[in-house]
Amino acid sequence: MAQAVTIENFSFWFGTTQVLKNVSLAASPRQVTALIGPSGCGKTTLLRCINRMHELQPGTRSQGSITIGEEDISSPAVDPVDLRRRVGMIFQRPSPFPHLSIFENVAVGLRLHGMAHGRAIAERVEMCLRKAALWDEVKDDLDRLGALLSGGQQQRLCIARALAVEPEVFLMDEPCASLDPVGTMRIEELIKELQHEYTVIIVTHNMHQASRISDQTAFVLNGELVETGPTAQLFLAPQDPRTEAYLTWKIG
Amino acid sequence: MKNRRQRKVAGLLFESLCVVSAGLATVALSLILYYIFRRGISTIDFGFLTRLPAPVGVEGGGIGNALIGSGIMVGLGTLIAVPICLAAAIYLDQNPDSKIATLARFASRVLAGVPSMVVGLFVFSQLVLRSGQYSALAGGVALAIVMVPVITLSAEEMLKLVPNSQREASIALGATRQQTVFRLILPGAAGGLVVGIMLAVALAAGQTAPVLLTALTSRFWLETLQQPTASLPVLIYHYATSPFADWQAQAWGAALVLVAIILALNVTAQLFLAITNRRT
Amino acid sequence: MRKLRSVSYRQASEFAFHHATALAAVALVVLIIGIFLVVTIQAAPAWRAFGLSFVTTAIWDPLRNEYGATPAILGTILTSLLALAVAAPLGIGTAIFLSEIIPKWLRRPFSFVVELLAAVPSVVYGLWGLFVLAPWLRTGLGQILADHLGFVPLFAGPSLGIGVLTAALVLAIMILPTITAISGEVMRAVPADLREAMFALGATRWEVIVKIVLPSSKSGIAGALLLGLGRAIGEAIAVTMVIGNANLFPTSLLAPAQTMASLIVNEFPEAFDMHLSALLLLAMLLFFITLVINLIATWFFYRTKHGVTNGTKSSLWAKLTLRRQQA
Repeated sequence: MAQAVTIENFSFWFGTTQVLKNVSLAASPRQVTALIGPSGCGKTTLLRCINRMHELQPGTRSQGSITIGEEDISSPAVDPVDLRRRVGMIFQRPSPFPHLSIFENVAVGLRLHGMAHGRAIAERVEMCLRKAALWDEVKDDLDRLGALLSGGQQQRLCIARALAVEPEVFLMDEPCASLDPVGTMRIEELIKELQHEYTVIIVTHNMHQASRISDQTAFVLNGELVETGPTAQLFLAPQDPRTEAYLTWKIG
Repeated sequence: MKNRRQRKVAGLLFESLCVVSAGLATVALSLILYYIFRRGISTIDFGFLTRLPAPVGVEGGGIGNALIGSGIMVGLGTLIAVPICLAAAIYLDQNPDSKIATLARFASRVLAGVPSMVVGLFVFSQLVLRSGQYSALAGGVALAIVMVPVITLSAEEMLKLVPNSQREASIALGATRQQTVFRLILPGAAGGLVVGIMLAVALAAGQTAPVLLTALTSRFWLETLQQPTASLPVLIYHYATSPFADWQAQAWGAALVLVAIILALNVTAQLFLAITNRRT
Repeated sequence: MRKLRSVSYRQASEFAFHHATALAAVALVVLIIGIFLVVTIQAAPAWRAFGLSFVTTAIWDPLRNEYGATPAILGTILTSLLALAVAAPLGIGTAIFLSEIIPKWLRRPFSFVVELLAAVPSVVYGLWGLFVLAPWLRTGLGQILADHLGFVPLFAGPSLGIGVLTAALVLAIMILPTITAISGEVMRAVPADLREAMFALGATRWEVIVKIVLPSSKSGIAGALLLGLGRAIGEAIAVTMVIGNANLFPTSLLAPAQTMASLIVNEFPEAFDMHLSALLLLAMLLFFITLVINLIATWFFYRTKHGVTNGTKSSLWAKLTLRRQQA
């Protein structure tokens, strides 16, 4: 069940360096929101704050709020471990667990949270592999090690793995960065399917990709959210001169 | 759905077990160092470090000859091992994939696993039995063999660190292989090589069995390399297993001296490594 | 302008250099073969005289030239396995702590302290074992075991302080740093992506350790344990100082006993002829056992997916001390 993600006046520091400056953004459910901008300007950091992954590193500080649905994710009532189940994350480099088979890779989340047992696991694994458009390619060889798949297949495996734990939000950090054009196309098709059920926020370097798959795009520069709007509008008629400069490759 | 609290509690429980293990390991080390210090410090004074051992049953006496004996044998071992191992390491670095290199690396690793007592037996049968004589020379040779794997393997690691780009630049200038080695690679890796040697020396200084089986022991100053000699580890071993309280106390003193030297070598080596790292 | 060196001079010096260094490398191979040959040849008379009964007979009597090494062999097996049983959980637990739990700024000083344990020479461990651990065991744990569990043959008294248990505990402390350092390095080398992916699925830190770090480090940890076992088996001095040197079957943890290594070091000074040959036969056994263990350990390290000393995550210091640990 997709939830809205609302970021309000969010600032973030790594030690003494301020990486995010007063960012406000609303990602609607069943929509794809793209974050674009030059390298190192905070897009990935923002994404990782949404599932509180930044807490794994010492010396970070934040201000402002991030809300999923009605809940502020930093409130003491929210358990970061459970939050991460509800917010799925796909990384730049596909990271299937190399010591687990394809089946076990998808099932690992289910077993972790005790969400299914026995035959129910096999059913869910099949369902998630189908949703990730990988089932037909691997159904005869589920016991093969996950690391032996091609790059694009590995990334779809990671998506299936994230789907298994029934997230509400899908975060994707440049998921196609290490894939070839065919693999990229498959993932983009998948994203368009996923958006019917989840809230998708995707960080991408590829402006064409953003324009292809997202409903809403936000431009981030030097930790600031410069402009946000419906994708077509942002690309064709950007309001802020910096946005226009980025889109026409004058910066970044 | 598995109980979230159950998972958290289980995690905390097992993590605390790991913390406890680490605590026990620290406690073990601290206990050993503490006792060595406490029981050894009272025996040590300048006289202790410079006197000869007293006759059996007589109080007093020192570890002077043991200190010198250890120093000489470790020095001898270093003199023998370093040139050979360095040359071998250079070969391994220059010809990493040759059959000889694979064999030599394998031999070093095997040698590393040989109990030092077996090394002592080997030198005993080849040098001591044949000459009919326990000697400091044999002790030095035994220590050299013990040092070989450490020096060879660590030297190879250090030589490998010299970047390929620099080697290629040297060859492109028309330098021969040995010019590249002597003018670029060895100076570049010098710091690391010294660290490896320091660690090997620390290892050799603490060896008992190889020295016991080849140089035996002595109650007098060393005059030539062809006679048996005292050494710190052997002295500790004999005094600790003796029935005399005075000797047992001296064993603690000698242990403190030995551990202090070895720890100093290790700490210096690490500092040295940090400094050379920072410079590159 | 300096005359350029002639081509033939250059070729000659390259030839000399190459062959000099090759000779040094070959010398290492010759050395290990030499050790093997010498020990085997010297042990041959005993082997010819006793054959298999060397390991199956229990009587070791130099006066009557009868040599059966079973008590010593059993002593080695008992003390080494017991030492590993104590050191393995402690070592792996400490390694997990060092690799996953410790605050980052504490890691360097703490692992440095643990590695110092490895640098303490075995004779000092023996000294400490004899004068600190043994008395404590005699009146403490050993007495407790003898009083309450003495009816079980394994814990039969009297509690002397020295014996199998003492030797095993001293060995355990000696191999602990090896196990910790190597296991810790292997765990640290598990890539961060894998851990992050697991965290992102909603796992607790312990679950990441159990499901990702440990399975990926299996091979390396096995290698570390084997290296520790090899060290325990080959240790002579520390053991001989605390085991009691009684050439009897180790019937109880509290009883004095003998190991192969301690037997050799004990009897060697007065040994000659057949006696010496028998001791060398024992040494050959030790040589082979430790060789096999080290080879298997090397194979395990080779299989380690992320490499122990060739992984890019290994610190330089770790590489050097690991070389030394393996020595």
